Amino acid sequence: MNQLEPNVLKYVWQHSRRDQLWMLVVILLSMPTYFLSLDLPKQIVNGPIQGRGFENPDDTALFMTTYLPLPDWLGGSIQLFPGIELDRISYLFALSLMFLLLVGANGGFKRYINTYKGRMGERLLRRLRFELFDRVLRYPLSRFRRTKPSEIASMIKDEVEPMGNFIGDAFTQPLFLGGQAITGLTFIFIQNVPLGVVTLIVVLFQAWLVPRLRRRLIVLAKQQQVEARQMAGRLGEIVEGIQDVHVNDTSNYERSGISNALSSIFAIRFEIYQRKFYIKYLNNMLIQFLAFLFYAAGGYLAIRGSLDIGQLVAVIAAYKDLPDPIRGLIDYDQQRLNVDARYTQIVEQFAADYLQDASQQAVPDGPIPRLSKGYDITNLQVIDETGSKLIEKASVRIGLDEQVCVIGAVNSGATQFTEVCARILRHSSGRVDLDGRPIDQLPEYITGRRLAYVDGGTYFPQSTIFDALTYVLKNQPRAPAERDEETLREYQIELSEARRAGNSLLDYRADWIDRERIGVASDEDLASRIERILADVDLDDDIRAFGLRGTIDPQHHPELCEHLLAARRRFRAELAANGLADIVEPFEPDQYNNHATVGENLLFGTAVTAAYDPANFATNAAVREVLARTGLEDRLFEMGKEVASTTVELFGDLSPDNPFFDQLDYMAHEEIPEYRAALKRIGGHRLADISPADQSLILKLPFAYSETKNRLGLLDDEMKSMIVEARRRLREAIEALPHPPVNFFDPDRYNPAASVLDNVLLGRISSTVAEAPERVTVSIRKLLTQMELIDDIFRIGLEFNMGSGGKRLSETQRQKLHLARALLKQPDFLIVNQGLNTLDTRSQRQVLENVLAKAKGRDGQRFGIIWAPMTVAYAGLFDRVLVFENGVLTADGAPDALRESSPAYADLVGS
Amino acid sequence: MATLSEEVDMLRRIPLFAAIDPAKLKLLAFASDRMIYHDGQPIFRQGEVGDAAYVVVKGTADIVVETDGGDIVVAQARENAVIGEIAILCDVPRTATVRANGEVVALKIKKEHFLSLMQDFPKLGIQVMRELASRLSRTTTELTEARRRLDALSPG
Repeated sequence: MNQLEPNVLKYVWQHSRRDQLWMLVVILLSMPTYFLSLDLPKQIVNGPIQGRGFENPDDTALFMTTYLPLPDWLGGSIQLFPGIELDRISYLFALSLMFLLLVGANGGFKRYINTYKGRMGERLLRRLRFELFDRVLRYPLSRFRRTKPSEIASMIKDEVEPMGNFIGDAFTQPLFLGGQAITGLTFIFIQNVPLGVVTLIVVLFQAWLVPRLRRRLIVLAKQQQVEARQMAGRLGEIVEGIQDVHVNDTSNYERSGISNALSSIFAIRFEIYQRKFYIKYLNNMLIQFLAFLFYAAGGYLAIRGSLDIGQLVAVIAAYKDLPDPIRGLIDYDQQRLNVDARYTQIVEQFAADYLQDASQQAVPDGPIPRLSKGYDITNLQVIDETGSKLIEKASVRIGLDEQVCVIGAVNSGATQFTEVCARILRHSSGRVDLDGRPIDQLPEYITGRRLAYVDGGTYFPQSTIFDALTYVLKNQPRAPAERDEETLREYQIELSEARRAGNSLLDYRADWIDRERIGVASDEDLASRIERILADVDLDDDIRAFGLRGTIDPQHHPELCEHLLAARRRFRAELAANGLADIVEPFEPDQYNNHATVGENLLFGTAVTAAYDPANFATNAAVREVLARTGLEDRLFEMGKEVASTTVELFGDLSPDNPFFDQLDYMAHEEIPEYRAALKRIGGHRLADISPADQSLILKLPFAYSETKNRLGLLDDEMKSMIVEARRRLREAIEALPHPPVNFFDPDRYNPAASVLDNVLLGRISSTVAEAPERVTVSIRKLLTQMELIDDIFRIGLEFNMGSGGKRLSETQRQKLHLARALLKQPDFLIVNQGLNTLDTRSQRQVLENVLAKAKGRDGQRFGIIWAPMTVAYAGLFDRVLVFENGVLTADGAPDALRESSPAYADLVGS
Repeated sequence: MATLSEEVDMLRRIPLFAAIDPAKLKLLAFASDRMIYHDGQPIFRQGEVGDAAYVVVKGTADIVVETDGGDIVVAQARENAVIGEIAILCDVPRTATVRANGEVVALKIKKEHFLSLMQDFPKLGIQVMRELASRLSRTTTELTEARRRLDALSPG
């Protein structure tokens, strides 16, 4: 199935034939109840209520007498049920109950039909979306140079959406409405043939005219779709390149661009509206013209006596039922055209030559053996889209486990050669054989698992580092996901739905990581394998640093948290021995911490809600109460006044742009006049005597005060011990709350909200000692290594979330990560196309040497390398060098030999 | 722990700041970080971009010039000495490394603060000029002396 079915109705029929037929059967079945429920009210009114048939009080009627209507030549109707004899009142209730039952049955039918239609539509929608995505995965890579990602997303996500609603009605609606319209027309014909003919002419005229008017509408709908999609593509591009917008001050250009796109969409949509309502107007006019004819011509004929008045009334009554189905049919047709236009648009967009054969992406049965032969390339020629030759007539063999360096000037064909080897670039002629078979015929499970390719790209989707690394091992499900009875049942349903919609049947939640292929047995082995590879690419220390900055949940890692608490105790015990005694002041519940502010000393923890943040203490009633009780409030008030007056004195006459203001973090420039006025108002008054606003204004200040930083000499030992006492009481008060909003510093408890580093530290680092934080980090790291916890930290670091596009990592880190995961694959050939170009030369060389040592079997497994380095200086590290000049392979041999024989090589390496 | 007023007293004893209004000196002290350096720890390094000047509050710092032949201690800064002001005055990299010799306490004065004070108090500028001029004349004398000796060493 290489091309999608071009006709939307055929596509729907192909994939929902059985459902559509069943739908029709159910609709027909629902008809009798529907008509009975319309008929019953008349019976109730005429019978029991108006009393027809019940002229005498004792009259009875038969209820539920049922006949099987058969034509007379078959012996006439047969009585199926003789009926029950009921009096007037009982008959009324029986009929009313019957009505209720019919209404219920009717509703039931409606609900069933709608649900069924909905599900059918959704299944088909799901199938279509999946098929489109499947095609995206099989596109030739060159196509993505012309397609914007957000346009593809917009097509698969939004543009097919309206089809879901249409699919349910695709076949039933026209049959249903058509039937109604024909019935109405027939009835008019039966009553009066000339009037019937007139009606038919008007309806036919309508059927002829409206589609003509709509042609333009379809064109517009297509245009709108294309415009909207292009805008989606443009929006995606702008967001991706947002940095360029800012650094070039082109935001207004982009504004104008999007505004322009919106304006053309507006113009199209407005024209659609105008035409739509014009057509609606014409339709209504034509239908009402019929009414005019019936009243005028019919009335004239009736007055003249050539038409029976009863007939005319019947015609008009039948006519009343006609507009709805006709309008419905016209609307259906409109919708069909719309959907058809969209559908063909999408099918055209997704049509592609050279779509990869589905079998190339099949899931293989057994393990994939290692390659037994290397590359055999003959007469390789590559021509790009513009017709220029990138590589011509290159013939070369690269055996297994050979390490080859490919060098050449820019556009010499060297980098393109690596792309051909990795099957990213299609060769135009010649042969590229891998393992004795043409490379473009090999299934992806061979090339994708036995080759590894790394270029300078630094993109990663948002995921953890671990997920990014193991992505290359996720080729097929390895072990089924663990499910209990309930989730297993849910999964069975999911699976059967996926089958009905032609979707993938592979379990996404299964364990996909192929440990076996790279010879690791457990997750621990995998982690240590990863650690070794990351050490080779010089990324392991960075991961450990992420681990130290990461958080862990004690419920998931109870043992590790215990160990980290032990590390905390040891770190504290060894402070002096490590020369950190005057740098780190640990948090002790009964000691004032001089490196923290007064507010932090009071709270002694991290607040979960803003109300308990020290910055808001002055307005927190619960905190204020504790402070008042301990007598601290008055002292803090005096302190606040002192801070305020000193600050006003120091900063009062400075202009707001004076650089000294960057040093003032507890008061803004605008607040200074406010404080000056408040100080004047307060004068010598006591705290209790001033306004609450002034109270909180002044009390805000002392909480941000730190003696080591602000050095105003306002904290004495007595004050400190009062604060420690208030801290104890505040904690009691907070812990009594239903959901304590504070994680307290507790030397014996692990704080899940804080990082691993802060948990071991549990204290403050002096801000007055130079390079103190760095020394503390180094020291903690050494301690964790000694205690053999650093592997756990490494694993936590692997769970670091890289952020959108992997941008929480530096470009260099991302390139190293790309190389690391290529190595994790254990490929037979590692192909690197300038993959480390953001590293500095020294680390580039170091990593390259590590990888070469690995390729030569340092870790047991040997593999081949095809490497196009940024600088030719590394060519000497390889056994063999290929030199490209203007697309021609001019030299091939050991570097030392080439130095003699190839002037091009000698020239490049600058001997 | 020294308080702000003690630091102001100390700053007033320094000739460079003698001309400055005591209130502004307090502001300067308030805005400056009081840093502690351990024995051998560099306060700043040669070649770095300078963003602050330092006043030695306590201890002694070695002024070291790094050469290919090894480090040469060219001078020492003692209590009340101002160091590192050249780099913030004319945006040149640090001309020498300053390293703590024993524990050193220093006030770190940010470049912007220093420049802002110079604008407000031209006398500070003159003081700085005077200091630099005397240093220049001293270095010139030393240079002449060094040249003379070099000439005497090399024959002809």
